[in-house]
Formats: sequence, C-alpha cells, structure tokens
Amino acid sequence: MNINFTLISQALAFSVFIWFTVKFVWPPLLRAIEERQKTIADGLAAGERGRHELELASQRSSEVLKEAKQRASEIILQAEKRATEIVEEAKRAAKDEGDRIVAGAKADIAHEMFSAKESLRQHAAQLALAGAEKILRREIDAKAHADILSAIEEDLK
Amino acid sequence: MASGTELTPTSYIDHHLTYLTTKVSEGSFGVLHVDTLITSLILGVISFGFIWLIVRKATPGVPSKSQAFIELAVEFIDNEVKNTFHGNRHVLVAPLALTVFVWVLMMNAMDILPIDIMAWVTENVFGMHNWKIVPTTDVNTTFALALSIWFLMIFFNLKVKGVGGWMHELFCTPFGKNPLLWILNLLFNFIEYVSKPLSHSLRLFGNIYAGEIIFLLLGMWAATGVSGTIFGSILGAGWAIFHILIVTLQAFIFMMLTVVYISMAHESH
Repeated sequence: MNINFTLISQALAFSVFIWFTVKFVWPPLLRAIEERQKTIADGLAAGERGRHELELASQRSSEVLKEAKQRASEIILQAEKRATEIVEEAKRAAKDEGDRIVAGAKADIAHEMFSAKESLRQHAAQLALAGAEKILRREIDAKAHADILSAIEEDLK
Repeated sequence: MASGTELTPTSYIDHHLTYLTTKVSEGSFGVLHVDTLITSLILGVISFGFIWLIVRKATPGVPSKSQAFIELAVEFIDNEVKNTFHGNRHVLVAPLALTVFVWVLMMNAMDILPIDIMAWVTENVFGMHNWKIVPTTDVNTTFALALSIWFLMIFFNLKVKGVGGWMHELFCTPFGKNPLLWILNLLFNFIEYVSKPLSHSLRLFGNIYAGEIIFLLLGMWAATGVSGTIFGSILGAGWAIFHILIVTLQAFIFMMLTVVYISMAHESH
C-alpha cells in the first residue's frame, strides 16, 4: 500500500472520463430515450383517444339506428294507412261509377220503354183503326161517321 | 512465474503483487504504476469508446440490440440516481455515476481473467515482466476515485450552501445549535469527512485485493501435483463464479456511495 504519483494520474484519467461521459455519452442517449418516451406517451394517448372516439361513434351509430328503425316503422304505418285510404277511395269511386252507370242504364231503359210503348200504342191504334175501318167499310158510310172516327183516332193518340 | 529464480510461494505471490513502475520525480511519491495506469486507460477508452460509438448513432425509434443494451445500463443507473438525488441529475451526477460504474466494473472484471495466464501473456507477448492486470487492486486507483468524488462533494457543499451555509452545517449538525456543542459537532463532521473517502476507497480496494489474493492462494495448489492442480482449478472456478457477484456488487456500491455523497452535499439539514 504505497500512495504515489499513480493517484494523480488516475484522478486525471477519471476526470477526463467524467468529462467525456458528461459531454458526449449522456446527452445524445438521454435525448433518444426521452424522445422515445414522448413518442410512446403520445401513442398511448392517441390510442386512448381513439378508443374513446370509437365508443362515442358506436353510441352514436346505435342512436341513429334506433331512430332509423323508429322512422321506418312510422313510414310503414303511414303507408299502410294511406293504402287503406286509397282502397277505400277506390271502392267509393267504383261504387259511384257503378251507381252512375246503373242510373244511366235505367234512364235508357225507361226511355226505350217509353218509346216502345209509344210505338206500340201507335201500332195498336193503327191496327184498331185499320180493323175498325175494315168493319166500318162494310157496315157504315165513312163519310157519315167520319167525325166519330176522327174522334176515336184523336182519343187513341 | 517464470522469474528465472527458484519459485517459492512467497516469490510467486510477490511476483503477482509487484507493479511495473517508473520514476517521474524524486521521493517515494514520484513513482508511477505504469501497469495500473495503462490498463485502466485502455479499459476506459474501450468501454467509453464502445458506448460512445453506439450512443452517437442512438435513434429514438426502435433501438438496435447494442443500443438497447446501453440503454438498459443507463436507465438502471439513472433510476438509482433519480431515487437518491433530487436535483437536475443530467448535468453531472447521472453521467458521473455511469462513468464510475462502467469504469470500476471493467477494472474489477479484470480480476476474473485467469491471473497466471494473463501474467504469461503480458510477459511473453508484451515483454512486461511485472504487470498487474487489475487496476482496482491498486490503492492509488481507488483513492484517486474516492478523493476526486470527495473534492466534488466539497465543491457542491460550497456551491449549493455557500461558505456560510456549509460552516453552519459543520458547526451546528448533527447535535444542535447550542455553542457548547459546536466543538463536538465539528469533531463529528471532521471524522465523517475523513472516513468518507477512506471507507469509499478501501471497501473497493479491500474486496478486490482479497479476491485476487484468494486466486493466488488457489493457484498455489498447482505446486502439489496433478490432483492438486485439478482441485485448485475447481476451487478457482467456484471462486471466479462467486467473484462475478463481488465484482458487480462492488462497482454498484462504489457508484451508489458516489451518488449518495454528492446528494448529501446538495441537501442542507
């Protein structure tokens, strides 16, 4: 155990190594480590944010889905209502149309009947007149009874 | 080993404990242990150069395996410093702790290299008859480290507390402000300031030196023949494995004490 000049030289070497580490070794490594830590922290924060946003989005989407379902059922309900309305309307219109056709037909029939009756009546009057004429031609003077004949003709009209 | 003269246990151990010296000036203090200095310098340059080469290309992205290894060590040390030192540790304390840990660990680790093989290599390859391969078995190394840290401690005491604040601390702690206690306080602090570098350096020196002596003693089994050599080798292997723990632990303790001493200099009572 002899203390000598080696002590001084070792202390000098030590201080040089300390200086070297302080100056050249520590700062770049610390920078790299701290930068990486920051990157990792940012990444974790971003992940957390993304997770939160996903949660919100899924919440929103379920809300939207619910609303859409509700809207759809409303629309279906309205459509059904409208459909029954249309059917009812169509039924009513058809009934009206039918009634009108029937009424028209009835009027036609009545008209036809009237004109048939008229012509029948005329025919019958002519027949009767012709019959009477034939009978009378044999029995009476046409001229003497002309006023009676014309009165009958007048009646038959 | 290969000293040319007769090999006795004493000469064997003596040989392994002899430094390669050179005289730089007169007196016993003018001696320089060339082996200690060169070995520690080579170790420091290799380890800090290696770290620097990797750190220079350090990327904040995905680190390479070597960068991850350096970061592992640095973050381990940084955590220890963070728990002890409550200031801006990146200015000096944390890099200082890294320097101390890496350098002391490397110097201690030389103890694990087989002592006689290394002696053969230094003698026959480099032509150095005496070459102590473990710088921390030289008390000059451990004192140099401990005293440098001691001066840093004094420096930070003065810088943080000022001369008055430090004097107040020397006279008024740990027992109290009473003027009757001033002398006792000063004496107590004096003992503390003397014992800090002594215990700091001698703990490291003692552990590594003792480890080396045990390797030497185990190495002497080789003198008893083949079975003795085998027995000695087995014991030596066991001691080397155990020594991995001591080497790391002593480097860690030395670093922790460094951090604690400098933290204490920053904190006023």
